[in-house]
Amino acid sequence: MEVQFRIERFNPDQDTRPWFGEYTLEVEPTDRVLDALNEIKWKQDGTLTFRRSCAHGVCGSDAMRINGRNRLACKELIRDYGDKITIEPMLGYRVIKDLVVDMEDFFDSYRTLQPYLVNDENPGAGRERLQSPEDREVFDDTTKCIMCGACTTACPITWTNKDFLGPAAIVNAHRFIYDSRDKGANERLEVLNSKSGVWRCRTIFNCTEACPRGIEVTRAIEQVKRTLLTGE
Amino acid sequence: MSSNRVGREKPVGSNFELYSWYFFRISGIMLVFLAVIHVMVMHVFNTAFDIDYDFVAARWESPFWRMFDWLLLIMALTHGLNGARIAVDDYVQSAGWRVVGYSAILIALLIFGVMGTLAIVTFEPQ
Repeated sequence: MEVQFRIERFNPDQDTRPWFGEYTLEVEPTDRVLDALNEIKWKQDGTLTFRRSCAHGVCGSDAMRINGRNRLACKELIRDYGDKITIEPMLGYRVIKDLVVDMEDFFDSYRTLQPYLVNDENPGAGRERLQSPEDREVFDDTTKCIMCGACTTACPITWTNKDFLGPAAIVNAHRFIYDSRDKGANERLEVLNSKSGVWRCRTIFNCTEACPRGIEVTRAIEQVKRTLLTGE
Repeated sequence: MSSNRVGREKPVGSNFELYSWYFFRISGIMLVFLAVIHVMVMHVFNTAFDIDYDFVAARWESPFWRMFDWLLLIMALTHGLNGARIAVDDYVQSAGWRVVGYSAILIALLIFGVMGTLAIVTFEPQ
C-alpha cells in the first residue's frame, strides 16, 4: 500500500521554526511506523533524525506523536493508521532535532524521587530480601515502565508547568514506595506531597491512554494521593 | 522561557496542597447539592418573575436559608478561587505575574467573602 507521511522537521542550525516534510512510501500494511521511518531515513532523506534502539517496544526510545497521540513507533502497525500518517515529536520538551526532544528535565524529575531500592538494613549473611507474591503484586503494574516519556509528554500539566514532576517520575516512585523491602517511602512521599508533586495531577487520564505498556498511570498517582491523605 | 521563572520548590513538609486537594473533593460534593437546590428553589419552583425584595426577605426570615446561602457563597468562592490559584501555578511562569495573579485572587476572595457575609448576617427585613 502507498502511504503518505507528514513528518515534523526541525534543524536548529537551519530552521527558525519547524516545518512538515512529506514522504510517499510503498509499505506492507503489517509494517510498523518505525520501519517506514527507517525506510525514509535510509532511502529518501538521511537527515531525518529520530531515536530508536531495540525496535521491539522494550527500550522506550522511539516514543513520538503519531496522528496526534503519543505512541512507540515500533509498536504501531501502519494498517491501523490508513494511508495518511502524521508524525511529530513529543510535546512539552525542547526539540533538539526533528523527532528528538531534550529529556533532561524528564530524567531530572525521575532522579528526584530516588528510583532505586533504599534499604540499609542487613538482611543477614547469605540471605536475600524475601517478598511474598502478594506483596510483589501490590506494585506489579508500575514495574512495567520503560521510561519512554509518552505519559509525561501527554500530560497537559507538563506542557505548561515545568516544575511538575510528571506521571513517569511518580510511576517510578510508586514502584518503590509500595515495595515491602524498601525503606525510602517517607522521603519520596515528602517530595510527592509538595506543590510540584502529585497534587498538580488533575486526573485527565492522558497518561494512562498514552502508556505503551498499559500501565494504569492515573490509578498509580491516585494511590499515592490516598496514601498521603490516609497514611496507609 | 523567562529567566525569573519560579523553580520547583524544596519539600518543606507542609500539607497545604494535600488539604487543598481534599478540600476540592469535599466542597465539590457539597456544591453539587447546594447549587442544585439553589437552582431548584430560585429558577424551577419559583421563576425570575416571583423573585423580588419581598421574596428574599421572606426567605431570609429563616436562619436555615441564611446559612444555606452563606455556605453556597463560601464554598463556591473558595472552590473556584482555589482552582484559579492552581491555574496561576500552572500557566503563569514569571514571579512578578504570579504575585499579581495571587493578589487578584486573594482580593476577590476578601471582597466577595466579606460583602456576601455582611449582607447575609446583617440583613434586616423592613
